Amino acid sequence: MAAAPHRHPDQGDPDVRAAQEARLRQVWQPPRGLFLRWTDTNNNSVGTWYTLTAFGMMLFAGVLALIVRAQLAAPENDLVSASTFNQLFTLHGSIMMFLFAVPMFEAVSILILPQLLGTRDLPFPRLSAFGYWSFLLGGVFVGGSIFFNAAPDGGWFMYPPLTTEPELSGVGADIWMLGLSFIEVSSIAAAIELIVGVLKCRPPGMRLNLMPLYAWYILVVAVMILFAFPPLIAGDVLFELERLLDWPFFDAARGGDPVLWQHLFWIFGHPEVYIIFLPSIAIFAMVVPTFSRRHLIGYPWIVLAAVGTGFLSFGLWVHHMFTTGMPNISLGFFSAASEAVAIPTAVQIFAFIATMWAGRVVWSTPMLYGAGALAVFVVGGLTGVMVAVAPFDWQAHDTYFVVAHLHYVLTGGLLLPLLGGLYYYWPLFTGKKLSDRLGRSAFWLIFVGINVTFFPMHFSGLMGMPRRVFTYSEESGLHGLNLLSTIGAFVIATGIGMIILDMCLSPRRKLAARNPWKAGTLEWLALPRQENWGVRCVPRIESRYPLWDQPGFVASVDEGRYFLPDAEEGKRELMITSVLDAEPVQVARIGGPSVKPMLAAAMLGGVFILTTFHFYGAALLSGVAALAAILWWLWTGSGIVPEKPMKHAGNGVVLPLYASGPASSGWWAMFITMFADATAFGALMFGYFYYWTIHPEFPPKAAAGTNGPGWVWPVIALALVLTGWVLTVAARELNARGRVRFAQGGLVLAAVATAAGAAAGLAGPWFSGLDPTAHVYPAIVWVIAIWIAVHGVVGVIMQLYALARSLWGRTTPTHDIDIRNITLYQHFLAVSAVVGFITIGFFPEWV
Amino acid sequence: MPLVPFARRLTWTLAPFTAGCEGVQSTFSTFGVEAESTRALALIMGIGASLITIAVLLLAAHAVRAPEGQLDHRRGMRLILWLGAVFPTVVLSVLLVVSLPGMRSIASEPHDLRVRVDGEQFWWRMKYEQPGSATVETANELRIPMDRTVAIRLGSPDVIHSFWVPGLAGKVDMIPGRENELVVRATRTGVFRGQCTEFCGLSHALMAFDVIVMESKDFDEWLSAASQPATSNDSTGRRLFEEYGCDGCHIVRGHVQGTPIGPDLTHYGSRRTLGAGTVPLTAEATSRFIRNPAALKPGALMPRFGTMSEADADAIAAYLLELK
Repeated sequence: MAAAPHRHPDQGDPDVRAAQEARLRQVWQPPRGLFLRWTDTNNNSVGTWYTLTAFGMMLFAGVLALIVRAQLAAPENDLVSASTFNQLFTLHGSIMMFLFAVPMFEAVSILILPQLLGTRDLPFPRLSAFGYWSFLLGGVFVGGSIFFNAAPDGGWFMYPPLTTEPELSGVGADIWMLGLSFIEVSSIAAAIELIVGVLKCRPPGMRLNLMPLYAWYILVVAVMILFAFPPLIAGDVLFELERLLDWPFFDAARGGDPVLWQHLFWIFGHPEVYIIFLPSIAIFAMVVPTFSRRHLIGYPWIVLAAVGTGFLSFGLWVHHMFTTGMPNISLGFFSAASEAVAIPTAVQIFAFIATMWAGRVVWSTPMLYGAGALAVFVVGGLTGVMVAVAPFDWQAHDTYFVVAHLHYVLTGGLLLPLLGGLYYYWPLFTGKKLSDRLGRSAFWLIFVGINVTFFPMHFSGLMGMPRRVFTYSEESGLHGLNLLSTIGAFVIATGIGMIILDMCLSPRRKLAARNPWKAGTLEWLALPRQENWGVRCVPRIESRYPLWDQPGFVASVDEGRYFLPDAEEGKRELMITSVLDAEPVQVARIGGPSVKPMLAAAMLGGVFILTTFHFYGAALLSGVAALAAILWWLWTGSGIVPEKPMKHAGNGVVLPLYASGPASSGWWAMFITMFADATAFGALMFGYFYYWTIHPEFPPKAAAGTNGPGWVWPVIALALVLTGWVLTVAARELNARGRVRFAQGGLVLAAVATAAGAAAGLAGPWFSGLDPTAHVYPAIVWVIAIWIAVHGVVGVIMQLYALARSLWGRTTPTHDIDIRNITLYQHFLAVSAVVGFITIGFFPEWV
Repeated sequence: MPLVPFARRLTWTLAPFTAGCEGVQSTFSTFGVEAESTRALALIMGIGASLITIAVLLLAAHAVRAPEGQLDHRRGMRLILWLGAVFPTVVLSVLLVVSLPGMRSIASEPHDLRVRVDGEQFWWRMKYEQPGSATVETANELRIPMDRTVAIRLGSPDVIHSFWVPGLAGKVDMIPGRENELVVRATRTGVFRGQCTEFCGLSHALMAFDVIVMESKDFDEWLSAASQPATSNDSTGRRLFEEYGCDGCHIVRGHVQGTPIGPDLTHYGSRRTLGAGTVPLTAEATSRFIRNPAALKPGALMPRFGTMSEADADAIAAYLLELK
């Protein structure tokens, strides 16, 4: 079919441009109305809500810390009881880590990533909204528990058996596990969104080596989230199975081991530190060049350092466990690895110093925060090297020395950079600058406050003050240092209050100029009165600092002379480009405002919250409702067949409107999700082999309920799951060759095989009478079988979904994204089944 | 270790500055071999870290002030290479090599004194194991001989605790289902303090113990005295002790053969503190503790004896204090 010749619009004509702008404005306008405005999914709205909520969480956790400090201001103080104190510090740490630090990074990134990349939105705006609502619900649930005296009180690390023993820990432990698991799910959702955003939504010409450094950091950090959170989720699963059903994963009396939890927690917990710290460095990688008035020196060094930090951070977790009693070889290895992480950090710091040295530094409030952050962070980093040395850690571990260390790292590596970023990016979103006077006064209060609070803690720790004590004696000699720390904490709070005041005064100030800092990166294309469409048109990039280096760049963007300057079909559109070279590959239509993500989040939240209070029936109903909401959302919002195959994107570039397989963003999202899922499964398998290494006899001999599952059922299950996988692949191929009926038949058979495989997997432990409460061996076998079975059921739902899409004509031989994505899922399921069933069926026999 | 003599001199030089940090539970007031070498390491690292911090900040201040172009791109890249990569790599490698010997435990021989310490919510069970004679159990007080190697085996029957005597050695966790060993050697006599450092529940803050280092000869005398049964003649308190069922959890060797759930009280009167290092041991504090343990130690597992009259509690306390 020959397309009609395309007439290029004349971008020089102001009337043409005005008409385009009117259409863009119409398409991208946010929903109005008391309720409907909350159904918005655009990154500007969701990012703003997200950021404000995370900021609110920080304030809340900060207030908790003030109460903690007030209690410790004097020896033998009785301002709060021991029980309240334990809830306070547990919640302070948990909220700062899970509800502030990580969500704040994701929130800010959702807000500014599209601007940085010159795109209009993120690839899955409804996923962002889903993530936000999950975060809000989970955050209120966990944080609010303290008002009912039901907050978790086992420390943010929740070491069993203190926390798994129902007599020692109340519902708070369940609130922590289930509430935060829910938030971890939303964190992973945001990470997927950000990775695909960075990889697939860059503007044409922005090859990987031209990406703004912030995007590199986002990529590294999001990938870290993907591999760090799943082990914790796996740990949460084991933890709740022990709490709710008495499966003895951490109970030493029945073969469990409390130390396994520590491994799973810190495999998450250590990367978490860098997940928090790298995004703040990323802010500085944007701020420093702007105020040094030159390109950053050492771009490749910084990228390597960020990637290197990401890798190394997964090899250090054991330094949190130096005192658990471990072989010397482990001590030496993990000491060395922990010290080594200082090297990429130093590279980043010196790259910034070199850039300032080479450039002409324009002093500004954001730079002041940067300088303060550097001073504080260097101290925290160096004490970090000290505690990486095992013999010193044996003294410092779990004392206030570590409290000092981690707060130097987190205030220097998170709080101050974030506040600097606030002063830097505030004009981008409000069009107005914050007050330099208030900002600098606040800085000095916070900076002095940080040092007054945390510096004395180095000494109180080495003088024998353990962490997490609600009181200390008069004779300990710790009174003066503690009083100083308390005073400092309130000084910090005053500074934070001043910043809040500054933000509140902002609406009364006048608009600043466009690009007020004279920066060189794409986000500063934004106008003081920002349009909801993000960028006027998607630019072509030839430099890391296009606003400085590409002549006439801003005018060309404003006049819509690049790509997608119009919304002629009335759809929200993004340019999808290739992963490495950012060549245009597709114009993707994305979802607009919708209530479905909010609904799905509420229903899924119901599952976690109702389970906390043991309302299992209601939780199940909520789960079914969540599934229905998600299916409804997908059915109506994804894989839509466009009205025409191709579209002129401007400048003579013609792009398809539909893509499937690796060209599409959906395929990448599925691929990345499955990596996270496989990591969680890997953590469970780690658990299996961990138990094997600590027990001379595993499985235990001659005990009732611990013999099984034999090899027959696992082999049958494996064969069935693999059959389902082969049939799904066959269905995809048949569909692509136009044999639609055969493909549908294949999907039916595949669903039957996968379902039978899931059932056969459970039949093994069931018929061999494995009793999961008797010993850890049957418990871990059951968990692996159930994990695969649940994934099998999800696989069946997907197969039936793809079948329905085909029957309703929404999947065709040329529009096959659904069937391609579920095939990807089946690949991972097949791998899980091979690893899982062979292990539980054969491993005990072989050894 | 060549590090130690050097650091001793350093410690001596810095003494006026660290004087305020001394105490019975401070890593600055060492009385053990391991703690001494760790303090040396800490001082060296602390000074090094301070110097590096100052240098980096001075360099950053200079970078901000320097005129444009003072550093060109090529020299900037070289700065990153040398200061960002090479310098830390060298310093950290040296640090690792210097610190490796400190990761090795002191060697212990089979005939060395062995003490088993269990952390329990929220107190310490100490058992002195002597080859050939009976095990001596005490609570909340660790006595060790000076200049002799002592192997301390650490465990826990309930939740994770951590055994920390800052002046003696680094901390080691006490984990249910596992056993860790800490080998120590005390270098001077005196009374010191240790505390639990792994969060273990409501009274985690109130789980401490006294550490008493004695001359080797005195220690042997003490141990043989401690292995003797109780010597109190107070029959009223002793009768009440049994009437109220205290022997359901406590043993007083030679008087009541109870169940060893709580601390062994055979030589209670000779201890320095009550409630695992919480308050000084007095008759009055003991009496109050008996009637309502949770008032002193929230979450204590010992039940409250609310119905016990003050007079009875005093009598039991008097009896206990006589158990020297």
